[in-house]
Amino acid sequence: MSELSELYQQVILDHNKKPRNFHKLESANFSAEGYNPLCGDHLNVYLQLENDAVKDISFEGSGCAISKAAASMMTQAVKGKTKQEAERLFREFHRMVIGEELESSSELGNLRIFEGVRDFPVRVKCATLPWHTMHAALNKERIVSTE
Amino acid sequence: MSAAEITSIKNLTPDSVADWNVERIRADFPVLRQTVNGKPLVYLDNAASSQVPQVVIDRGSIYLEHEHSNIHRGVHYLSMKATTAYEDAREKVRRFINAREARECIFVRGTTEGINLVMHGCGRKFIGKGDEIIISAMEHHANIVPWQMLCEEKGARLRVIPINDSGELLLDEYDAQLNERTKIVAVTHVSNALGTINPIKEMIERAHKYGVPVLIDGAQSAPHMPIDVQDLDCDFYTFSGHKMFAPTGSGVVYGKAKLLEEMNPFQGGGDMIKSVTFEKTIYADLPNRFEAGTPAIASQIGLGAAIDYLNSIGRKQAAIHEQELLRYATERLSTIEGVRIIGTAREKASVLSFVIENIHPHDIGTILDQEGIAVRAGHHCAQPVMRRFNVAATARASFAFYNTKAEVDVLARTIENVIDIFS
Repeated sequence: MSELSELYQQVILDHNKKPRNFHKLESANFSAEGYNPLCGDHLNVYLQLENDAVKDISFEGSGCAISKAAASMMTQAVKGKTKQEAERLFREFHRMVIGEELESSSELGNLRIFEGVRDFPVRVKCATLPWHTMHAALNKERIVSTE
Repeated sequence: MSAAEITSIKNLTPDSVADWNVERIRADFPVLRQTVNGKPLVYLDNAASSQVPQVVIDRGSIYLEHEHSNIHRGVHYLSMKATTAYEDAREKVRRFINAREARECIFVRGTTEGINLVMHGCGRKFIGKGDEIIISAMEHHANIVPWQMLCEEKGARLRVIPINDSGELLLDEYDAQLNERTKIVAVTHVSNALGTINPIKEMIERAHKYGVPVLIDGAQSAPHMPIDVQDLDCDFYTFSGHKMFAPTGSGVVYGKAKLLEEMNPFQGGGDMIKSVTFEKTIYADLPNRFEAGTPAIASQIGLGAAIDYLNSIGRKQAAIHEQELLRYATERLSTIEGVRIIGTAREKASVLSFVIENIHPHDIGTILDQEGIAVRAGHHCAQPVMRRFNVAATARASFAFYNTKAEVDVLARTIENVIDIFS
């Protein structure tokens, strides 16, 4: 069960049970809807950007533990970052979950808890759906679908 | 299988299934001998695709090693061998579903193609503006989308027979929907997401009172119960080989000869013609008219071998064993706190869909997989069913005659483990 316990770590289970920033953001000026038609995971990501910085971010929706925890921790990681920093985190996160080498300057921090996803290729889309959705919101795409 | 037969199977004592030697049956399936993640494989995804016995694998090998050529074309030895083997498989299919004639059994890639063939051949020819098509609320997307496409093209109306909370069709509503505008009824014999066995014989009878032809999606029934298309009096019946122990790419759509002859061809191409000039093409007779191009010869021959295999082990005994597995699994899972079974119809095939409170089916599927257990997690290509039961997805264990009670025990224990991990 070692790979499994790496995937379902306590922190991930905790974020699944008590997702942070889990609500609609009334002050949002950017938002997008993410959908994975394969498994039915579905979420909305809301961002309030001021001077290119993420002043506030939230999400709501339904999905598996991995996608929900990934969304929850993404909102914590991205809050306060600039748009460019948020996009860079997305790219790093993506590299990590598909098992690519990370740069030594990686700023993923506690997001590295999702490293175990690389051993479960079919779950990569669960972990990246919130990030794809955030990316879509920042780029003014309304709907993103990972398939 | 009739409702009465299912009931009589349910009333059998455990002694009457004791002569089912499941270990001997399992030995016929090489794929079952492996371990997954260090655990013996527990294959419970049979409703998605079933495993293939050695005799079917061998038949495919013999064909490829000794008989392979194109069919219906050459005058040479191998082409004749291949043609004979392919047409023998068609005759086996005829007997399997008790069709009157082999030419009524059209080989297709699978159920999806079978339904599309009927939609194009029959639907596009005979259905027009204001006409109505009846399907049910428990259809697989394969029996929804083609009809929706037709409705969009022709301005016809799609009507949907609703279901109750157990997952049974509301037949009164069906009666109310049938009328002189109805041009076809397309319903599933067994729901892939819920396991419900529908009373299709009765439904066909009611449709015929209005002169309406009925298509039966038999993808989930053909592998698990005897089928008699003449007794059912269905107009079309379609099923997939890969869900009944044959290779992918094999499948059948049965149609009454009279209807098939009136229909438009499906795909155009080689082998479906009598003569071609640039001015006019004369189509071939049945069944070739509906089999354009080179078919999946090896797979369809494999389907014939799978039918032989099913007959050799005893279809009724197999069905009894599967019903007993379903009963046992339902009992085991029902006692686990937090597990809810979706689909509790009185008449069910061996499909067990379930959800666990606050745990997404994908997480269930991943954890089960780590223990070597293969189940399906998702919407099962039946999103309207998911919506009806107000769930995004379910986990689904589906049993075949080679599964065992011990495997059900492993499933139940691992589900308890899943709940522990998330508690």
